[in-house]
Amino acid sequence: MDIIVVGLSHKTAPVAVRETVAFAPENMQQPLEQICELPDVAEAVIVSTCNRVELYAATNATDAALAQLKQFLADYHNLDFAQLEKHLYTKHGEEAIRHVFEVASSLDSMVIGEPQILGQIKTAYGYAAEFKSVGLILNRFLHKAFSVAKRVRTETNIAGNAVSVSFAAVELARKIFGSVEGKTVMLVGAGEMCELAAKHFINNGVNRVLVTNRTFARAEKLANEFSGHPVLFENFKDQLHQADIVLSSTGASNFIVGVEQVTSALRLRKNRPMFFIDIAVPRDIDPRVNDINNVYLYDVDDLQGVVNANLKERHKEAASAHLIIEYEIGQFQSWMAGLDVVPTIVSLRRKVDELRQQELDKTFSQLKHLNEDDRKAIIAMSSALMNKILHPPTKVLKLAQKDDGAQQYVDALQRLFELEIDAPEGKLKDVESV
Amino acid sequence: MVVNIMLFKLTLLLYGITTLLYMVSVVVNKPNGDNWARRVLVVAFAGHTLTLIMRFYEAGYTPVTNLHESLSFFAWTLAGTFLVIDRRLRMAVLAATTSTIVLILMLFGSLMPMGIQSLNPALDSLWLPIHIGLAFLGNAVFTVAFVAGVFYLLQERMLKSKNFSALYHRLPSLDTLDNINYRCLTLGFPLMTMGIVSGAVWAESAWGTYWSWDPKETWALITWFLYAALLHGRLTTGWRGRRAAILAIVGFVFLLFTFLGVNLLLPGLHSYSSMTG
Repeated sequence: MDIIVVGLSHKTAPVAVRETVAFAPENMQQPLEQICELPDVAEAVIVSTCNRVELYAATNATDAALAQLKQFLADYHNLDFAQLEKHLYTKHGEEAIRHVFEVASSLDSMVIGEPQILGQIKTAYGYAAEFKSVGLILNRFLHKAFSVAKRVRTETNIAGNAVSVSFAAVELARKIFGSVEGKTVMLVGAGEMCELAAKHFINNGVNRVLVTNRTFARAEKLANEFSGHPVLFENFKDQLHQADIVLSSTGASNFIVGVEQVTSALRLRKNRPMFFIDIAVPRDIDPRVNDINNVYLYDVDDLQGVVNANLKERHKEAASAHLIIEYEIGQFQSWMAGLDVVPTIVSLRRKVDELRQQELDKTFSQLKHLNEDDRKAIIAMSSALMNKILHPPTKVLKLAQKDDGAQQYVDALQRLFELEIDAPEGKLKDVESV
Repeated sequence: MVVNIMLFKLTLLLYGITTLLYMVSVVVNKPNGDNWARRVLVVAFAGHTLTLIMRFYEAGYTPVTNLHESLSFFAWTLAGTFLVIDRRLRMAVLAATTSTIVLILMLFGSLMPMGIQSLNPALDSLWLPIHIGLAFLGNAVFTVAFVAGVFYLLQERMLKSKNFSALYHRLPSLDTLDNINYRCLTLGFPLMTMGIVSGAVWAESAWGTYWSWDPKETWALITWFLYAALLHGRLTTGWRGRRAAILAIVGFVFLLFTFLGVNLLLPGLHSYSSMTG
């Protein structure tokens, strides 16, 4: 049994191609059933996100199954095979296992460490389970992938620090205030990024929002949205001292907040720290504000700098994630190899037993003078001999199964004794469905 | 060898292990990575307590009368104070730094003559443990404020310059550090005040005068005024953050000088605990 992957991702295909091969979540039954009808595919899962479309499958005929999956992708979406194939990657064996573990652990994501991908794969697995396209192998494989992803997430700092500007702002605020719970945020002006940041602050416990805007109606509307209070733009500077966090993004061409206003606000606040986030370009807040004690000012570039540093940190963390993944690949492979151990032992015993039976028959037909007791003794002797001979290899195989080296013995035995293994074959899911 | 000195050396070793474990946990930076360090610190503190009890038993007086004893006693109050504070904070960076200070005090103490001398009759008083205990407890609390102050300044610099080192992710928030400053100040100042007052009362009964302007007294008073100014500023005009951190650091320098500098450099009435003992 082999695990294979066919797919494309943001690394190999532009969005224009990715969108043509995407699978709609409301219609997963049909493609899953079609894949399972492919002659050499035993089990399958379809992962379809905006950044990747991948087919995971279990097969007994790797090359044939890979070809069939590629053809299926093109046929199902009515695409030109040659055009599509340029963007496809195919993986099998260890490489395929590693790939899926990496994808689930978000090491292959556009933003490394982003948390969505694991949920997306879980959903994909959910469909596959619902429509019974997974069996023994992929069930085990995907659960393993989930646990690997969880290990990576908890044991490395891969998802540690904010990699979006608005999250970075929340994190900085936490570094300054300890917690943003109970703090007051003031929004000066409006803008998508500003509102997004405000939402993040509210989600993290900010309970008071002040909104000001040159157009008061707009301020009122936004204030409603955040269940905050609108403030007249003309006197927002008098309210400045109430804000712990100020998010600014007006279209003003000059600084609208200067050193003087901040200094007097700070006096009113008894020097409690203030955090200014200036998202406007051109900037709204005089950069010299950052030099005042207990005041921290970040503009867009500063925040982007934080994000870049955090991204770099995540890439460093990826190294320790890879160590975890390599270990888990070994674990999974030994489980896969173990799948062949028992059938091999059974087949070996059967083969030897057949030989024993044949030879006994031959012997007994020549030695007709033997009485019943003699015959019994000879039969007992032959079967003791067989057991004695088979005992060591059986033991070695079972031991090897535990520590990851079973495959070579399985191969050797199958060749030396010309064994035929009859399981696992065909559609495993029929034998052991979810 | 005398039991208390053997125990002292064992304690020193345990503090060494504690410091090492804390440093490893800072580098590794995992939640609860400092569990073992803390366990060893608790053992080391228990060992240290036993050391002091044995020394008390073997010497027959509270062992705070020469430099070896004072350093060991200071280290003990610092370790104890930190254990109390750390129960709620659990910050490996702070712990690693504080245990390093404890270790340095102990190493310094191990270099001093460690033998037990007969007690100067002037010190044979119940005031000895009270006066010294209060003073050193105050010192210990202010030492924690100093450590928090240093990290406050480091982190404030990083946040202002937007240039973050590996330390950044290991530090608690500015608010937490400033809070430690405040808590330590409100705890340390009364202790220090009571230490000075108890000394004055004792001086009156021993030397016949409350205050005689010997170097220790003078420097203690200067240090007291410094912390008084900081406390006043904090409570009334909202001195906090950077300014409070700087003052906690300056205060600590004065405090160290009052403790060690005066002993080693300026002879006076308090010169029981110079190098020679």
